[in-house]
Amino acid sequence: MRARLFAMATALGLMFAGAGFTQVAHASGDAAELPDHEWKHTGMFGTFDRAELHRGFQVFQEVCASCHSLEFIAFRNLVEIGYSEEQIKAIAAEYEVEDGPDAEGDMFMRPARSYDYFPDPFANPQAARASNGGALPPDLSLMVKARDGGVDYLYALLTGYEEEAPEGFELVEGMSYNHYFRGNQIAMPEPLYEEAVEYADGTEPTLEQLAHDVSVFLAWAAEPEMEFRKKTGLKVLIFIAIFTALIYIIKRRIWARLH
Amino acid sequence: MTTPLHRYKIVQWIDYRLPIFSWSHEHLVVYPAPRNLNYWWNFGSLAGIMLVLQIVTGVILAMHFTAHVDYAFDSTEHIMRNVEWGWMMRYLHANGASMFFVVVYIHIFRGFYYGSYKSPREILWWMGVLILFLMMGSSFMGYVLPWGQMSFWAATVITNLVSAIPWIGETLVTWLWGGFSVDNPTLNRFYSLHYLLPFLLVGVVFLHLWALHHRKSNNPLGIDIKSSKDTIPFSPYYTVKDMVGLGVMLFVLAIFVFYLPNYLGETINYIKADPLVTPPHIVPEWYFLPYYAILRAVPDKLGGVIAMVASIAILFVLPWLDTCKVRSARFRPIYKQFFWIFLADCLVLGWVGANPPEGSFILIGRICTVYYFAHFLIILPLLGKFERTRPLPESIHQAVLAKKGGDDAGSGSPGETNAAGNP
Repeated sequence: MRARLFAMATALGLMFAGAGFTQVAHASGDAAELPDHEWKHTGMFGTFDRAELHRGFQVFQEVCASCHSLEFIAFRNLVEIGYSEEQIKAIAAEYEVEDGPDAEGDMFMRPARSYDYFPDPFANPQAARASNGGALPPDLSLMVKARDGGVDYLYALLTGYEEEAPEGFELVEGMSYNHYFRGNQIAMPEPLYEEAVEYADGTEPTLEQLAHDVSVFLAWAAEPEMEFRKKTGLKVLIFIAIFTALIYIIKRRIWARLH
Repeated sequence: MTTPLHRYKIVQWIDYRLPIFSWSHEHLVVYPAPRNLNYWWNFGSLAGIMLVLQIVTGVILAMHFTAHVDYAFDSTEHIMRNVEWGWMMRYLHANGASMFFVVVYIHIFRGFYYGSYKSPREILWWMGVLILFLMMGSSFMGYVLPWGQMSFWAATVITNLVSAIPWIGETLVTWLWGGFSVDNPTLNRFYSLHYLLPFLLVGVVFLHLWALHHRKSNNPLGIDIKSSKDTIPFSPYYTVKDMVGLGVMLFVLAIFVFYLPNYLGETINYIKADPLVTPPHIVPEWYFLPYYAILRAVPDKLGGVIAMVASIAILFVLPWLDTCKVRSARFRPIYKQFFWIFLADCLVLGWVGANPPEGSFILIGRICTVYYFAHFLIILPLLGKFERTRPLPESIHQAVLAKKGGDDAGSGSPGETNAAGNP
């Protein structure tokens, strides 16, 4: 009986794992293999490092936000990464959002409040394309979930630029060469470089540090529920494990009556 | 039927007018089940529980979801970010669909192995096949709802299959879409049907169980129940045994929901649907991959669609293709081998379906497709004619007791066991 139960659990697990394995088959395109990078937030017990998140947010604000939107994140969400309500009010007030119509029927601009979402840097996709050589900078709130390789891909992309395309590679005017982008030709010019940002906490802003921090910030933006989800999951798994063990003992006792 | 609860006047009063108490007692408590059901028999009730879980989480998600091309993606993210426990509801629902299929596929292969589709359970089996069809329709339409890139393009590819039907195909597709491409009317009707189909499923599940309780469960020996010694009451024996399986299933589901919630999903479904950008690879969810491989194995579009539909519809006639009178593979040494080959064939089809149709995948896909149909149309009828089956045991309880006696030698004669299990 125990063997069968084990077989059943294995069958369930294997089918699930196998189902996922089949999907990996097309994950790699023609781009280079992603390098290994250490993260604190991955794995079963991983959590976001608050200092990394804050630095990453600074990189987002000072670099990414000039072209990319973050449409699913409101200023109030920054509470979750350790900013106080006062700090958030101050951060929001640095941005202008459109509101209205007022009593006269006119739209007007006002400083953003905590409940506002991060404003889009462009009025519409057409304006965004016009300012970016025809390419549309994608929204970043789900970027980490929307690319095969996730946060590893993001880090690799940000550090994977090459000033000159390799010999024989035809680079279209205005495009950049990147080892990890599909087709190796990317419309986004190299966004990060050493000392692109002066960190408020004094951390040395190397390219790797900047790319790491902003990747962590965007991983949070994509999955703000992640820490709570994992913590809840642990409780749920422990509960189910104990419940199942007890039920199994009861089952053995009940079935013993038959023999 | 008098139940223990009949000592209460109110129960007697209700039961006299609407016999819910005696009915539940008859079907959930004293229902005589074969005493030798193994853990593979858990999967029927597990499938039922998954259906309930999908309906409960789905109803909650529907409270916050907006079925409109401009809002579907955003309202899904709203559920993930702003709705209390919304992320858990959505991850339960999305991974629950996969778990539902895992459980149902194991349930079906259990039926294959132990010959559960044979007389007198053909209609019970038909209801099962109908359930599979409804599940497929329901899960496909559900996958379209969040309106990501894969939602949109899967909807486009799959609905376009209908255009292969001669003469009326094109008109039919326009009618299905409610327009000239997959657009807002398509999303709306998929939402409506996605909410409807699970309740139809509940109805068919009821018929499935009705037929089951009328002719009683098959069992690992595949022989009929001959006396009350062969059975034990469903409660407490199988309620508690099913709960063990439930615990194991929920544990596996929880691992995915809390730690690998997007492992089975497609990353590009986190990109808003864009009719102007076709993704490089359009793949269905894992549970459709074998059918997808069969579809692509046939070089002709209409032929592919027919083969794909036939791959499931053939199950309707399985009870007559397998002419062997012995049900369980335990007593069919050759069928047992072919069962495992067939299972491997289905897994390889799934693997082929996940890969682009190029190079050796085309050839492997075609061989496996031919074998898939040959299993039903050639191997099973021939086995019925030529296979020499092993002798069947006299009865369920004799087989069980013989095994017990062998297992714990010296535990005394087990002959006096109270088979009914009731004092």
